[in-house]
Amino acid sequence: METQQEMKDYTPTREGEVKVWFKAAHVSDFPENGGACLKYKDMQIAVFNFSRRNEWYACQNLCPHRMQMVLSRGMIGSKDGEPKVACPFHKKAFSLRTGECLNSEACSITVFPVRIEDGFVHIGFMK
Amino acid sequence: MVRIIVVGNGMVGYKFCEKLRSRSKDVQIVVYGEEPRPAYDRVHLSSYFSGSTADDLLMAPASWYADNDISLHTGELVVGIDRNNKSIKTHTGREDHYDFLVLATGSGAFVPALDGVERNGVFVYRTIEDLIQIQDYARNVNRGAVLGGGLLGLEAAKALVDLGLETHVVEFASRLMPRQIDEAGSTILESKLRALGIFIHTGKNTKTIEGNGKLEGLTFADGTRLDIEMLVISAGIRPRDELAKAAQLDTHPRGGILVNDYLQTSDPSIFAIGEAAVHNNMVYGLVAPGYEMADSVARQLIGDHSKTFTGFDMSTKLKLIGIDVGSFGDPFGELIPCIPIVFKDQRKGIYKRFNISEDGKYLLGGILVGDASNYSLLHQMVINRMPLPENPESLIIGSGSKTDEGGAGIKGLPDTAQICACENISKGDIVQQVTDCGAMTIDDIKKSTKACTGCGGCTPLVNDILKITLESLGHQVKKNLCEHFDFTRQELYDIIKVTEIKSYEKLLDLHGSGDGCEVCKPAVASLLASIWNEPILEQDTIQDTNDRFLANIQRGGTYSVVPRIAGGEITPKKLMVIGQIADRYNLYTKITGGQRIDMFGARVEQLPEIWEALIDAGFESGHAYGKSLRTVKSCVGSAWCRFGVQDSVSFAIRIEERYKGLRAPHKLKGAVSGCIRECAEAQSKDFGIIATEKGWNLYVCGNGGSRPQHAKLLIADVDTETCVKYVDRFLMFYIKTADPLTRTATWLNKMEGGLEYLYDVIVNDSLGIANELEADMEKLIANYHCEWKKVVDDPALRAKFKHFINVDESDPTLEFVDMRGQKTPVDWNK
Repeated sequence: METQQEMKDYTPTREGEVKVWFKAAHVSDFPENGGACLKYKDMQIAVFNFSRRNEWYACQNLCPHRMQMVLSRGMIGSKDGEPKVACPFHKKAFSLRTGECLNSEACSITVFPVRIEDGFVHIGFMK
Repeated sequence: MVRIIVVGNGMVGYKFCEKLRSRSKDVQIVVYGEEPRPAYDRVHLSSYFSGSTADDLLMAPASWYADNDISLHTGELVVGIDRNNKSIKTHTGREDHYDFLVLATGSGAFVPALDGVERNGVFVYRTIEDLIQIQDYARNVNRGAVLGGGLLGLEAAKALVDLGLETHVVEFASRLMPRQIDEAGSTILESKLRALGIFIHTGKNTKTIEGNGKLEGLTFADGTRLDIEMLVISAGIRPRDELAKAAQLDTHPRGGILVNDYLQTSDPSIFAIGEAAVHNNMVYGLVAPGYEMADSVARQLIGDHSKTFTGFDMSTKLKLIGIDVGSFGDPFGELIPCIPIVFKDQRKGIYKRFNISEDGKYLLGGILVGDASNYSLLHQMVINRMPLPENPESLIIGSGSKTDEGGAGIKGLPDTAQICACENISKGDIVQQVTDCGAMTIDDIKKSTKACTGCGGCTPLVNDILKITLESLGHQVKKNLCEHFDFTRQELYDIIKVTEIKSYEKLLDLHGSGDGCEVCKPAVASLLASIWNEPILEQDTIQDTNDRFLANIQRGGTYSVVPRIAGGEITPKKLMVIGQIADRYNLYTKITGGQRIDMFGARVEQLPEIWEALIDAGFESGHAYGKSLRTVKSCVGSAWCRFGVQDSVSFAIRIEERYKGLRAPHKLKGAVSGCIRECAEAQSKDFGIIATEKGWNLYVCGNGGSRPQHAKLLIADVDTETCVKYVDRFLMFYIKTADPLTRTATWLNKMEGGLEYLYDVIVNDSLGIANELEADMEKLIANYHCEWKKVVDDPALRAKFKHFINVDESDPTLEFVDMRGQKTPVDWNK
C-alpha cells in the first residue's frame, strides 16, 4: 500500500532550514527519562525526554532494522555520553544526535530538532 | 608405506590415531571397531541420561577419520590374528595385512557367575547400547539396584537416579569405593548418598538373582533379600584379551595382555594399550594412563623410542551424583611412612585426609570427599614434590579467603606442572596461550590446547590459571553490569537493600554515572522488584517494553495477553470468558507451552479494556511479560489419575499462587508431577517437584530452550512444608546471587562447588542465611499485587496505554493477514 509506505518515509530536517516548528504536546505529557510517539501529518515521530540531562531528542518512530513502529517505546540512555535509544524488539541502539546505529548495523534513523517554548515541545520539519 | 592396524575404537584407540596422525602423514592407519559407532566418551557415559546424545559423546565424528586419512571400519569385529603372515581376519571374513598391530580392545564388564544372572532385567554398564537397553527397561519399573559400589557402580547409580528409579547400591566390601577412599571417607560419602535418596547396602554378598523369568529381587548370603525390578552389574572390568590369547600372545592369569615398558606384547610387532594391557601386574582402568600409552606407542612407530611407559599415577577426581570425590598420590599412606592429617565435618558431609611425609615437608597423597575444590592443586603438589606451607593444616581448613589461598598456590606451581593429564598440557602452555596468543576465555584455551576436553577434571585449575594470568596482564576480570555501574548485580543487590534505595534514578545518582542504558535499566528494575516488590509502573521507563506495557510485544507492535491459569486448571465458565473476550477484540488465540491461553494482536490502547474484562471475571495478570514466575505446570495427579501418588494439581496451584509476581534475574518455570512417570516434565524446569510414595522429590536448575538441561535432584522424599521451605530458600538465593538474565541452570553451572554447594546452602544452611532467605520471600509474597488491577483502577496509569501522545488514534500502520481463520501480523519488512 502506497500510503503505508509514505508513512514510513522520513525527510530529514537540515540544520537551519526548519520551515515548521510543530507544537506537539505539553512537556508534562511526556514521561520523565522516557519517550512517547506523536503524529505529524502522516508521520510518526518518537520524542524523548532526557530529564536527567534536561535535553530533548526526536527521531522517526520506525525502527529500520525490522521496520517496526516502536522506537518511542524503547529505552533511552547513553553510550560514552552519546544519547541513544534502544529498539524494544531486538535492542538495536541508535544515536539520537546523528541517527547512526551504534551496533554497527548498516541502518540509521532520521533525527529531528526539538525546542521547548512556553512549556510545549516543538519539533522542526522542512515542510 | 608402513601399515598399522588398530583393533578397537574406544577412547584410547581413538587417542592413538590422533597422536599418530599428528606426528606422521606417512603411515597407513586402519581401524576396526566392534561397536556400531565411532569412539565415544565412556567417562561421561551417565550424561547420556541427563541430556547428552550419543553424538554429543563422540570423541570425533566419522568424518574426522576420513579427513585424516584413517580408514575406519565400525561394527566389524576382529576374530583372528595370523602372526606368521602378519594379517588379521574379521567376522565378515575380511583379511587385512599389517606391519604393526595395536590392540586397544579395552575391557568388558566383569559379570560374576551368580545364580539367575541370565534373567530379564539384568544389565551391564559399559556401552551406549547398554544404556539404551537400560533406558528402555527402566520405563516400566520403579526400583533398580547396582551391584558394585566402586567408581563405575556409583556412576551407574547416578544413571538410575536420572532415570527416576528408586536406586539401591549393593557392595560386597564393607564400604563404598574401597580402592580409592578409606573407611572414614566412605562413611561420609555414604551418608551424603543416603541423603540424596539412594539406598546403600554394604557388606552384602549377593547369592542369587531371583525372579520368575523377569527379575524380582536379590538374596544375600546373610539370608536377607532386596526387592528390585532391575539390576545393573558393575562389579569391575575384565580386559578383553580373547583375541590375544587365541593368537598365543602372553596374557595374565587374571586377564589382560602382558606388555613391557615399550607396551610390546610377546610379539614385538604387536602392541597393547589401554585397559586391555597389563603392565607390571597392573591394569589401568582410567583414561589418562591409557592416553599416555597411546602416546608412547605412536612415538615409537615413527622412530622415537625415548618415551617408555613406566607406570602411572592413579589419582582421580570425580563428581558422583553431585558429590566430589578425590583420591591422589598415595591415598591410604601405605607406601612410605607418613603422618595423616584428617578433617571431618559430619554435618556438611566433608572429609579430607592428607598424608604428610614424616619430616613434614611434603604431601604424599590424600583423600577428599564432599569438597574436592583443591584437588588439582594438591595433586600437583604431590607430583611436583612442592614443599608444603609451614602449617599444612591450612590446606585443609583454608585460610579465610579461598581465592587468595588458591591463587597463591597456583602462582607457586612451576611452569612445567602438568595441568591437563589427558592432553599433557602444562601450566606454562596455558600461560603462554594467554600472554602470547591472546586467549581471553576458557573456550579459547580449550580450542587451542585441547585442555579440559578429555575428562574435564582440570577445568577449575585452568580457569584459575587463566584468571590469574589475565589479572597479571592488567585485565579486569570483574563482571560489572555495564558502563554506568562499576558493580556486579550482586553488589547492587546489597547496595539497594542495605541503603534502602527504591528508584533507579537515585541509584544512578548515588552509585552510577551517565544516563543508564538498556542493560542496566531493566537489570536494576528487576532488582528493585525482587527486593521491594513495589508496583513496577511507578518507574515505567526503566522497564523493558514488555514490563512497561505489562504485555508481550509481538511482531508488528501489538501485544499479547496471558491471564494466570494456575497449575493449568480452569473452569468452563472462565474458559468461556476468555473465548468471549478474544472474540470481541478479534484476538488470535493459542495454548502456550505452560498450560495457559495466550491472546495475540491487542493494540496498546486496548490492553486496559481487555484486562478490565478479565479482572471482572476473576482473572489476574499471568506475568508472561516479566522476568518472573511464569507457570507451575502440573499433571492431573492422584485426584484423577490411576497412577498418581500425590495431588500434584493442588500442590502446583499452591506453589504458583505463592510465587506469582515474583521477579528474578530471568524467567522462572516450575512443575509438579503426581508420580514418577513425570507427565508435567518437572525435570525441565527451574524447579520441579515429583511425587513419591513418601512425599516429594525436589529437582532444581533445569530448563528447556536452546540448551536444554535436566534439573538435578536437590533432595528426595520431603514432606510438603519442607519442600515449600526449600523452594523459598532456593528461589531467594538465586534471586540474590545470579547475574542478570541468567537462568537457574546456567547459574548452577557457574557456581563454584556446584549442586553440592547449593545443597549445603539450601538444606544444611551452610551460610547461615536460611532464615533471612525465608523472611525475604515472605515479605515479597506479602507484597504481591495484581499489576493489571492497579492499572485498570488508576486513570493516570491507564492513560499511558496509547500509541500517540497528541491524537486519540490507533497506529495506522498495523496490518494483519488471515491464517487458518485467525488474524496474524504481516511479514517482517513489508
